[in-house]
Amino acid sequence: MTTSPPHHAVTARSAGGERTGHPAIQFAGVRKQYLSHGEAVPAVKSLDLSIAQGEFFSLLGPSGCGKTTTMRMIAGFEAPTTGRVFLDGKDVTGVAANKRDVNMVFQSYALFPHLNVLQNVSFGLERKKVGKAEIRRRVGEILEIVSLTGMEKRHPREMSGGQQQRVALARALVNHPRALLLDEPLGALDLKLRQQMQIELKRIQREVGITFVYVTHDQGEALTMSDRIAVMNAGLIEQLGTPREIYEKPATRFVAGFIGTSNIVDGRVSRVENGWAVLDVGPGERIVAPVPGSVRAGQGIEVSVRPEKIGLHRTAPLQAAGSVLAGTVTEVVYHGTSTNYTVATSAGSDFVVFDQNAHDAEDVASRGERVFLTWAPQHSYPIGV
Amino acid sequence: MNRVKRTLAPYLLVLPGGLWLLLFFVVPMVTMFSLSLQQGDIINGYRFTGHWQNYLDAITDYRVQLIRSLVYGLITTVALIVMSFPVAYWIAFYGGRRKPTYLFLVLLPFFVSFVLRTISWRQILTDDGMLLHPLKEAGLLSPGFHILGTPYAVIFGLIYNFLPFMVLPIYVALERIDPRVVEAARDLYAAPMTVFRRVVFPLALPGVFAGVLMTFVPASSDYVNSGVLGSSSTTMIGQVVQAQALANSNYPMASALSFFLMAVLLTGVFAYARVLGTEDVMNAAAR
Repeated sequence: MTTSPPHHAVTARSAGGERTGHPAIQFAGVRKQYLSHGEAVPAVKSLDLSIAQGEFFSLLGPSGCGKTTTMRMIAGFEAPTTGRVFLDGKDVTGVAANKRDVNMVFQSYALFPHLNVLQNVSFGLERKKVGKAEIRRRVGEILEIVSLTGMEKRHPREMSGGQQQRVALARALVNHPRALLLDEPLGALDLKLRQQMQIELKRIQREVGITFVYVTHDQGEALTMSDRIAVMNAGLIEQLGTPREIYEKPATRFVAGFIGTSNIVDGRVSRVENGWAVLDVGPGERIVAPVPGSVRAGQGIEVSVRPEKIGLHRTAPLQAAGSVLAGTVTEVVYHGTSTNYTVATSAGSDFVVFDQNAHDAEDVASRGERVFLTWAPQHSYPIGV
Repeated sequence: MNRVKRTLAPYLLVLPGGLWLLLFFVVPMVTMFSLSLQQGDIINGYRFTGHWQNYLDAITDYRVQLIRSLVYGLITTVALIVMSFPVAYWIAFYGGRRKPTYLFLVLLPFFVSFVLRTISWRQILTDDGMLLHPLKEAGLLSPGFHILGTPYAVIFGLIYNFLPFMVLPIYVALERIDPRVVEAARDLYAAPMTVFRRVVFPLALPGVFAGVLMTFVPASSDYVNSGVLGSSSTTMIGQVVQAQALANSNYPMASALSFFLMAVLLTGVFAYARVLGTEDVMNAAAR
């Protein structure tokens, strides 16, 4: 049963289980398909992934992308069709959920409705035959961490969504699992509470040093909390990287579109100068983007640029090293911290520009006005080259 | 005008059912209670005299049948819980898209009159019937063996007739269990049996409670099964009431017996609710 995991593993990071040196979780050649009306439907097409000890790792993607299936394969609720799953270097592919040293926080919390907080949180430790005194100590400790001290006798139905959420968290964490799996745990909370819990979760994770695997479709959540993010789409990982990498350097058009807002231009490289591709769009209009050496003049290319990197001007810039595009404002939407402009450009696509409302009470431009967009060369990012 | 309508609406909604209950439940109950304290005979008529002796007579004369009925009811109910739980569990968790079909199958016997079905069991269980005859031929049973007329036959009939009343409420309770809660128990190291014992069964208790109410009470006061499948040694209290009321026209005795039985059953049910903690059970059911 136990085979050695492949050795391209990411080295263990801080905290948690430094002792082993193995990645906390590893997928090797995993594929998962379901039978639906006699037909095989792939949920996860191909997955090779290594999650380090103590890492806050997010699986991010739209519904049906395979992220939940991936998490359920870690928990042991689903078995991969092919491939192997390793926990802490041990092959657990055929191990039942109740024998895996990971715990899960469910989207609906799934608290035991007939048990009070104390009984809910002690459930796992009792199953593991931990001594009564030890259970009392650990439950008290974890309830303090999630700020639920004094609520031991409450039943789940007597608690708010946020409190139930923390019971679910405590119920899982109290077991000191190898990894904590969180399935969209904040989905049912309102915005304010959600933001508060994001910070709280991050704090708890630092405090306990356990590997967190976080499934979400909310890119904001993933960006704020994660050490690394795997962006999934249609059963495959589109990109794996730090939040900054994912946001600043989207590897695919899907990632560029799914994470935040991106302006994407399809163009042809006019010339390449010292690692910079220049796309001439019109007289005085061009896009400059950093490219790898393999890119040649005449090649088709997709360039993405984030809306907040773009400057909006009423007059043509005198001298600009970076990209310049002319266009007409078609929409102005005031958002409080910023004003969002939609600009029809000669590059073929509409651009979205976020202008911080830092200085003036006045909008820079109004609908129908002719404007110029500029951004620094390094803020262009070529996709898929 | 609108406000008047709004305050009246709940009462108007209750009115048809309420009137019905008043006419056909409360009035007969009161009449019956008064009857249970009357004296006289069918020829000279009965007169209300506050004759509590009727109750004492009922209890002393029919103590055996009363106890027998409660014992049969109890055995039936326990057997029903044991037999219905797996059926309800299977339909609720493994029924898939066919759940309605399986529930329909559970209910199917209701489409034939309960008396007719019991009579047909009489045909099946009879000494030379389709069940015993081949077994006797094969030498597996002694020629003198019989089921009909024994307590086994009566309890068998009771179990058969009340099975759906236990399966359905347990099914409803199981159906309402969030599958994620079951997964959470698995996730927290509970082996399948522990999941059942600590999570599934406690959450199904409201259904078991309802099922017990719906089977223990009618099974204890049943008069058909013992009449059709039993003998004079299995006579149940329902039969006695029936005989006193219809054959002997001893209405005060029949009424006193009925009221005593009702009191015993109500006490039993409340004690049972107390032990189980109805408040919890009802709360869980109301969720």
